Amino acid sequence: MSASAVAASESGSLGRISTGELDTTHGAVLYLEDISVSFDGFRALNRLSLSIDVGELRCVIGPNGAGKTTMMDVITGKTRPDAGSAWFGQTIDLTKLSDAEIAHAGIGRKFQKPTIFESHTVFENLELAMKADKRVRRTLLAKLSSAERDRIAETQRLIRLQDAADRTAGLLSHGQKQWLEIGMLLMQEPRLLLLDEPVAGMSDDETERTAELFLSLAGKHSLVVVEHDMAFIEKIARKVTVLHEGSVLAEGAMAQVQADPRVIEVYLGR
Amino acid sequence: MRRLYAPQGWIALGLAAALIAVLPFMLSTYWVTLLGKIMCYAIVAIAMDLIWGYCGILSLGHGLFFALGGYAMGMYLMRQIGREGQYQSELPDFMVFLDWKQLPWQWWNTDQFWWAMLLVVAVPGLLALVFGYFAFRSRVKGVYFSIITQALTFAAMLLFFRNATGFGGNNGFTDFKRILGFSVTSPETRAALFAITGAVLIGTLLLARWIVTSKLGRVLTAIRDAETRAAFCGYNTVHYKVAVFTLSAVLCGIAGALYVPQVGIINPSEMSPANSIEIAIWVALGGRGTLIGPVIGAGVVNGAKSFFTQAFPEYWLYFLGLLFILATLFLPQGVAGLAQRWKEKRA
Repeated sequence: MSASAVAASESGSLGRISTGELDTTHGAVLYLEDISVSFDGFRALNRLSLSIDVGELRCVIGPNGAGKTTMMDVITGKTRPDAGSAWFGQTIDLTKLSDAEIAHAGIGRKFQKPTIFESHTVFENLELAMKADKRVRRTLLAKLSSAERDRIAETQRLIRLQDAADRTAGLLSHGQKQWLEIGMLLMQEPRLLLLDEPVAGMSDDETERTAELFLSLAGKHSLVVVEHDMAFIEKIARKVTVLHEGSVLAEGAMAQVQADPRVIEVYLGR
Repeated sequence: MRRLYAPQGWIALGLAAALIAVLPFMLSTYWVTLLGKIMCYAIVAIAMDLIWGYCGILSLGHGLFFALGGYAMGMYLMRQIGREGQYQSELPDFMVFLDWKQLPWQWWNTDQFWWAMLLVVAVPGLLALVFGYFAFRSRVKGVYFSIITQALTFAAMLLFFRNATGFGGNNGFTDFKRILGFSVTSPETRAALFAITGAVLIGTLLLARWIVTSKLGRVLTAIRDAETRAAFCGYNTVHYKVAVFTLSAVLCGIAGALYVPQVGIINPSEMSPANSIEIAIWVALGGRGTLIGPVIGAGVVNGAKSFFTQAFPEYWLYFLGLLFILATLFLPQGVAGLAQRWKEKRA
């Protein structure tokens, strides 16, 4: 059994939530196939198909209303598709799981607006997010081991908040909140990270460091980044997917996508 | 081992315990009854703070759980009267009056103290478990949850008003004689009930403190502040909410069971919607999310209530309303928040 399969079986054995093992033998961690979602007659997603490889860093761009956030909602179980299928690895059917089960299976999500636990400290935020048995009774009796403390400290260094462990999260700067949220995702040891506009509201310096962080994470995790900031995308992009009116308009390397006349039409033609 | 309280906190608790032990021998029956009653309310206030202050769920039906615990104890006390009632029957007086020939099924085994104690815990607990599960699973939140819990306690009140329900209709239970063979009116029994109530109050405070300082407590607050994030962190928020709601209801049931023998009566008015709202006022006034604040809030409001309802009976509700408005405007963190601010200013 490979290391990744061991990690996945651990998450499967946690609690009542049994999602089976993450099977990525065919190289892909996420498959979306012909997903359609409508809200009151508006087609937010229209037969969207997408596949993300293990360790890939994928950027998703598209004008407002292209369906980027709805796509993330479908992957994380917040919205159920009207049609189509969503698979995590070969065997886990995301359309059948609740949001908590999907989180356990190994998909972490960062929202557009940073959502952290504002009245807890940075340390407590990371502690709560850490991969553990999350049932009620276990949580009541939970104690931090020294290995777990080390992991929290390590994540604090990674997100550059090592000196702010006891600071109340609500008092952090906007950029720091964004990082804390990314740190919380990492504590869950996710296989796939969904990042919705991660650099919105960040200073240039913070954006730069975030790009470095993402590049260092790719390979260990698979990342899907939705972003409007083109300069940021250019810095990190390997493969880019352009969404338009709920389906994939173009896919490929950044330069290739930028040269695509249909993409230019969508972005500049109105 | 995590620390529940700083050394000063433990000293204060020890002093409170010592005070509770000696007070019954120093005060008149009136004061012992009043303070005993207030301690029961303080237990309810802690239970309310656990769910509202820490988990952000405003239940306006906690009076129902309190009353159910009280009724369970009341049934046992009615059975303890034996043949000493007005009609000298084995059946409680109101059943004789209604011309019933035997005990209805709800009264099965209620002459056994252990069974009554089981009901005290199980009835509010099961009701909260089932009701909470369906409400939280359907993602009923915020003001909608408050409204349906109000409706729940109101519906229960109407049900208990009916004679056919088998709990004495609008008169409820009263004229108790004995508890475990001891006279309920004797000073010794009163002192013992007072001491037990005090011990349960301190135990409840320590239990609640233990919970809120655990990781579970931090998860509850996380659910209050950002429920979606908590769910995406892998916590099944429905389980957490049901657990804390059920625990809170059980604590209220125990408080109700301690209340009835001291006050000597239980009737459906305990389930009136206004009673449940009053519980929320104690907590808001004392300071949400502080545990000790709501204890103080319950004491202050009920102390004022017993004064006002004697001195100016018709003005009590106006005064309560005014108190609530003033607390909302000037003491958003309640009395405990005021103390905190004062401490910070000094430091």
